[in-house]
Amino acid sequence: MKPQPKALTILTVLSAVLFLGALGMVFLYAPLEEVMNYVQKIFYFHISNAWVGMLGFIVAAVAGVMYLVKKDMKWDIVELAAVEISLVFFLIAIVSGSIWAKPSWGTYWTWDARLTTAAILEMIYLAYLLLRQGIEDPERRARFSAVYTLIGAVSVPVTFLSIRIWQTIHPAVIGAGSSSGQGSFGMTPEMLTTMFFCLATFSVLFITLLWYRIRLGHLAEQVDQLKFRIMQ
Amino acid sequence: MIAYAISIKYMVTGYAVIFIVLATYLVSLIVRWQGLKRDLQTYEKLEERQ
Repeated sequence: MKPQPKALTILTVLSAVLFLGALGMVFLYAPLEEVMNYVQKIFYFHISNAWVGMLGFIVAAVAGVMYLVKKDMKWDIVELAAVEISLVFFLIAIVSGSIWAKPSWGTYWTWDARLTTAAILEMIYLAYLLLRQGIEDPERRARFSAVYTLIGAVSVPVTFLSIRIWQTIHPAVIGAGSSSGQGSFGMTPEMLTTMFFCLATFSVLFITLLWYRIRLGHLAEQVDQLKFRIMQ
Repeated sequence: MIAYAISIKYMVTGYAVIFIVLATYLVSLIVRWQGLKRDLQTYEKLEERQ
């Protein structure tokens, strides 16, 4: 295995610094919201996790297209890495949103359009991981996965736009959402700055984790190839 | 307005979940990396013997 690139080390340090900076911005810089007060601070990490979760599913679809075009296994590794990391981030978005919902809406969960489409999105990619494990032949597995991520990616814009398409209690952050949205708040310039800082931080964190996960994928492939050579 | 005590409780729970899930994933990456490196060394030794 190649030694860790310098750029990855720099990216790791940058991620850690930005993460600490984001925490500082959330707890020390962003003002307290008048109605929800402290619990509103979940918003910054909730939205950032949802953003990188969706971004990763799109990256996986692009990697899927690249695999179908190039037939190069390295794209399958990228695709799997993106899905795995996005599942983690999106799970955090769902759970943190649910915790925030309890004091705001009076319930942890409701089968509202946004929450339902988000849960379906998470399930689709969870199924991707499970189904992959059932296919032995690497090329067949990669082909199946590429097509699956392409079809699965359709649910990303559906989830994102759900608050604009259907009546939902989930408030919209960007643009106008459903008129029945509950728990929305007026964002001050400091809140906006903090939100964009957190979005940037989690984007860098996503790239860093993706790089590490891709390296892990390459190492796993190396081990598999060596094992196959010895078995013969 | 949500009471301060309740609001703080949910905020702490929310951030605790965020940190726990993220930390668990980071640990899983490290554990898998170390496991694979160990496997690689074992197979390399086996290949040398053959």
